[in-house]
Parts: sequence; structure tokens; C-alpha cells
Amino acid sequence: MFIFATIAVFVCMVLLLVRLFAGRSMYDRVLALNTFGTCTVLFIGTVGLASGRPDFLDIALLYALINFVGTIAVLKFFRYRRLGDAPEDAEMIQSTHDAEASN
Amino acid sequence: MEIAFTILLFIALVATAIAIVFIKRLFAVVMLSGVFSLLAALLFIVMDAVDVAFTEAAVGGGISSVLMLGTIALTARTQKQPERYSLVPLAIVLLTGAVLIYGTLDMPNFGSPDAPAQRHIGPEYIARTPTDIDVPNIVTAVLASYRGYDTLGEVVVVFTAGLGVILLLSGLGRRRGTPYPRGVSANRDQDNAQ
Repeated sequence: MFIFATIAVFVCMVLLLVRLFAGRSMYDRVLALNTFGTCTVLFIGTVGLASGRPDFLDIALLYALINFVGTIAVLKFFRYRRLGDAPEDAEMIQSTHDAEASN
Repeated sequence: MEIAFTILLFIALVATAIAIVFIKRLFAVVMLSGVFSLLAALLFIVMDAVDVAFTEAAVGGGISSVLMLGTIALTARTQKQPERYSLVPLAIVLLTGAVLIYGTLDMPNFGSPDAPAQRHIGPEYIARTPTDIDVPNIVTAVLASYRGYDTLGEVVVVFTAGLGVILLLSGLGRRRGTPYPRGVSANRDQDNAQ
């Protein structure tokens, strides 16, 4: 039963790979990468259950966390074109810099 | 089942690597290298090396994708077409691969009970863990107690790496230097829409 689930998840991953290779727009690719991470989590879970080791589920949870942080980083890069600070932050720095310069 | 999944995952890995070579848009290449790491991690999990797999996913899929995105933000977003193709890199890659495959010829078979790792010191850990430390997971006992100082050193390394990443991403250098020009985010959004 779990073996069939694993095969189904793997087929999903192959389809996502096709989307990543062909990728019409960048957003398609970001979505495909995020879904690929989710499929990784599912794959680890089903492989663990199929081989009789349900403790793999804890590891799958960690992968979900990594996937979440990675997607946030990619989307932040999209929005601001940088990773450290947001434009509001930069504007605040700019205004303080101007204030210091005028003083 | 394990062998079948190993072969399928290897095929997907090779396909991803070939796609990375041929795609010119660097953003897509970063996405694909993240997928490459996730596939490699799955391969390690199918082969029962869960800890190695987690390191691969955290480093390859997590932090190196972020670092490469930061690099793209600072440089160009498409790959330049080389003026002429050279065969030297291909030869070096093939030679290195051949040497690595030659190196595996002396290694014990996958999962072999006769491997030195299984015969040298492993049985002693397995025999002594229940009386010495009394935790159900022997790997935990080895990492946290028998090799406690080694693990402490690793934790220091990870802590230092984390501090370095925080310093890199928080833009300490930029804050001291010239700030961004005004209205930069509006222009960038228009670039995005196009």
C-alpha cells in the first residue's frame, strides 16, 4: 500500500521536474520548487512507513521547515531583489543618513 | 524496492544535472540546484544514510540556494555565451569521475557486514551502550557521549557559521556604506512586471 503511495509521489516529482525544466515563467519554477519540497516530505514519510520505520516522520518534518524557509528566501528575493533588509528598512537608513549629513 | 527507487532517483539526478548545464537563465539554475540537492538527499534516505541526507538538504537546498540568489542579486541574471567551447573542462570532469569510480572498487559492498566500519569498533558500542549510557538510540549515544568532545567542536563550528550567515544577510557592510537610492523598489517592481 505504502509502496504504491511512494510510486505515486515519485510520479508527481517527475512531473514537477518537467515543469522545472520547461518552466514558462519564474513563478512556475518557484511554485514547482516549493511543491517539490512538499513531495520530498511525503516521499520520506511513505518510504519510512513502507520500510517499517515510522520514525522517519520526524525527519520529514525537518525537511518541511527547510522547504518553508527556502521558499520565503526566494520570494523575498523576488520582492526586494535583496535578502538582508526590506526597502522600508533601506529608506529608514536613507533618511537617518540624510539627517546626519544635514547636521 | 530499494534498488528500483535508487535507480529512478539516479536517473532524475542525471536529468537535473544535464538541465543545469543547458539552461542559461541563472535563476532557473538555482531552482534546479535546489532540486538536485533534494533528490540527492532522497537518494541518501533510500540508502539509509538519514543524517547525511539531512546535511545535504540543509546545505544544498537551504543555505547554498540563498547564497546563490544573493550572488545573482549582485551580478548578472543570465549566463554569457562562451566565445568558443573548450574540451579541457570535459576531459577534467571525465578524468575525475573515472578516478572516483576506480576508488570505489576497493570499498566494501553496500551494506556489507564484513566492512571495517561494522567489524572494528561498532560491535563494542552496540554491546556497551545499554549498560554504559542506557539510551535506546545507539547513534545518539555515540554522538553525545562517546564522541562528546567531537560533537562539541561541531556545534561550535555550526554556531560560527550561523553567526557568519546572520552577519552576511543583515547587510552590515551596506549599512555602514552608501545606502540604496530612493525609489529603487518601485523601479524594480516595474522590471518584475515586464
